[in-house]
Amino acid sequence: MTPTRGAVPPPAHPGPAGADASTATPPAPASGPVLSVRELSVRFHTEDGTVSAVDRVDLDVAAGEIVAIVGESGCGKSVTSLALAGLLPPTARVEGSVRLRDQELVGAPERLLRPLRGRDIAYVFQEPMTSLNPVLTIGRQITEVLQVHQRLGRAAARERAIALLKLVGIPSPERRVDEYPHQLSGGMRQRVVIAMAVACDPTVLVADEPTTALDVTVQAGILDVLRDLRTRLGTAVLLITHDLGVVADIADRVVVMYAGRVVEQAPVHQLFARPRHPYTHALLGAIPTARRGSDHRLREIPGLVPVFAEPSDNCAFADRCPNADELCRSSTPPLEPVKGGQTTNPLHSHQFACWHPTTPPVEAR
Amino acid sequence: MTTATPRSTAPSTPGSRQPVEPAPPVLELDNLVMHFGPVRAVDGVSLTIHRGTVVALVGESGSGKSTVGRCVVRLHRPTSGTIRLNGTDITHLGRRALRPHRRELAIVFQDPASSLDPRLTVGAIVGEPLRLLRLAANRRQREQAVVEALRKVGLGVEYLHRYPHELSGGQRQRVSLARALVSSPSLLIADEPTSALDVSVQASVLNLLTDLQRDLGFACLFITHNLPAVEYLADEVAVMYLGQLVEHGPAAAIFATPMHPYTQALLSAAPLPDPVEQRERTRVVLRGDIPSAVEPPSGCRFHTRCPVAVKRCAVEVPAARQVAGRRVSCHLVDADGSGPDIRVAGQSGTAGVPALRREEASP
Repeated sequence: MTPTRGAVPPPAHPGPAGADASTATPPAPASGPVLSVRELSVRFHTEDGTVSAVDRVDLDVAAGEIVAIVGESGCGKSVTSLALAGLLPPTARVEGSVRLRDQELVGAPERLLRPLRGRDIAYVFQEPMTSLNPVLTIGRQITEVLQVHQRLGRAAARERAIALLKLVGIPSPERRVDEYPHQLSGGMRQRVVIAMAVACDPTVLVADEPTTALDVTVQAGILDVLRDLRTRLGTAVLLITHDLGVVADIADRVVVMYAGRVVEQAPVHQLFARPRHPYTHALLGAIPTARRGSDHRLREIPGLVPVFAEPSDNCAFADRCPNADELCRSSTPPLEPVKGGQTTNPLHSHQFACWHPTTPPVEAR
Repeated sequence: MTTATPRSTAPSTPGSRQPVEPAPPVLELDNLVMHFGPVRAVDGVSLTIHRGTVVALVGESGSGKSTVGRCVVRLHRPTSGTIRLNGTDITHLGRRALRPHRRELAIVFQDPASSLDPRLTVGAIVGEPLRLLRLAANRRQREQAVVEALRKVGLGVEYLHRYPHELSGGQRQRVSLARALVSSPSLLIADEPTSALDVSVQASVLNLLTDLQRDLGFACLFITHNLPAVEYLADEVAVMYLGQLVEHGPAAAIFATPMHPYTQALLSAAPLPDPVEQRERTRVVLRGDIPSAVEPPSGCRFHTRCPVAVKRCAVEVPAARQVAGRRVSCHLVDADGSGPDIRVAGQSGTAGVPALRREEASP
């Protein structure tokens, strides 16, 4: 019964991944990415032919960094997140590369992936009740992770479970640990799911719409938990969301997806202030704000999100784009850095895939 | 057979969002109570909606806001209180007596996929109110009215013979709107009409709702938890907590200076889609969850989560008072509208404290 990594220090202190808890500001991603996705494509073979859900996606997440993938329904953001740890059904054909630290995950055998899941890469999904087993106490569900991955004994696992519940802000954890999911509110359930996910101090936490099913007042608390975990434990967080308010609140970098492709990625401030891809621009303009004058209207995006098809040589947004011309319909624009944005670190660069980008507004600040 | 007068086409004056002279109230709720067994879902709501205004009813899940809407369209029979529609008390009318008033009332639900009959064509769905309320003299007239209603929501005649499954989410919600408006109601209840839609689609539905409301002049009770949409669309905001209204007033004023601590918490919890602004705000994270509506807290119902509550709040129920142009139910708000702002750091012990360091503050 030798406790392995992450088991000994009580979670109130910085975890072994080592971010200094005293630094209130998010730690700058100094080192390279811990999760690196290159040319990731996911296709599903169906009776109606092949559908391409994710098309050559590149993505990096550094330790202690919160990267948000945003996009509308059907843009491939959830499929991308599931593909990372090989959670897609066997009908999916996954190509490309996903590297977690130094390990290649695409094509890795099941016996290699299984110990990784929940220990090195953990997930939090939208609806907590689908992630929790209704007939087991929450304590039992958290200790299961610890007993499987870290071979903790029963008493030690229970103690750690209580500490984890405290970490995610659940009041009176000593009592709550013996309760069942139905005895908790939606926000508390989602905190339990997060506690389970970070039980083994994962390198990467994938949170797929973690607050979509919750009220804004509860959402604020959950976002605080994620922010705090990143600061205290240095967890890399990949946040999947459609809510640009959540992105503005918590993300360090943003990846915008459309029809299975990355159309733009940038540090959060840059993306909101100077979006270059017309889709990002349209998405930001579609958010309701206080009406300034009676003629103020929300920007609509004409047309519909395209149905998945074989990847073709065009810009997927061309049919809905005000700037589109023949070039957009005949060749795929590559994802390239903004000219003049001379950063060598791809983590800080602003990239977009468009032949006729939106002109950035004149710098106001 | 309808007692209602046909509505003139005169819209509320565009440009002026506040009605200049008081129009006759379309809807008056007086102390509305709706209990489901021991659950006190709605517990004394009084609200007046005037012609041509959009009143947003906001609050967390479980606050009873949808129940209010469902009582108004009489999907529920209220436990007590009165509902007056254009001056007529409809609270206790039976099915038959209510029928003439039905055309004045319409509701649009959140999920168009489950509120449209999958076996009916769009034409049949939109024409159904006309058929049931016998509002069209013949089939031809009905079809004309349906085509006109579809045109208003931006759908062409080619949609008449389509089925809901052939439409996108936004198009389905347009069909719901067409069905609601085909009888030219004076009151539209919109219960989370855009919550199931993507941002870009939501924008087009909100624009449409704004245009229709301006052109047709109906009153609207907009039930939602989407605060940015409220700020965009609503003339007035009514904030609901545990079955009761805590604050009600002009939207611009409430968004600028919320008085009730709950309104302050609710507005500050909704993230702004601007990283610079959002990260400079003081966030208020409320303690715990919304309490049970079976045994609501004594005194002010918000006192268990209120960071500035005093002893009196736990004992004495705050009366709804008219303060600086709005109605507020809080002991701590003075007659001139000044009171504690829980968003200002230092005003209280718990406001703005990050979630993980609140253990000691929890019971």
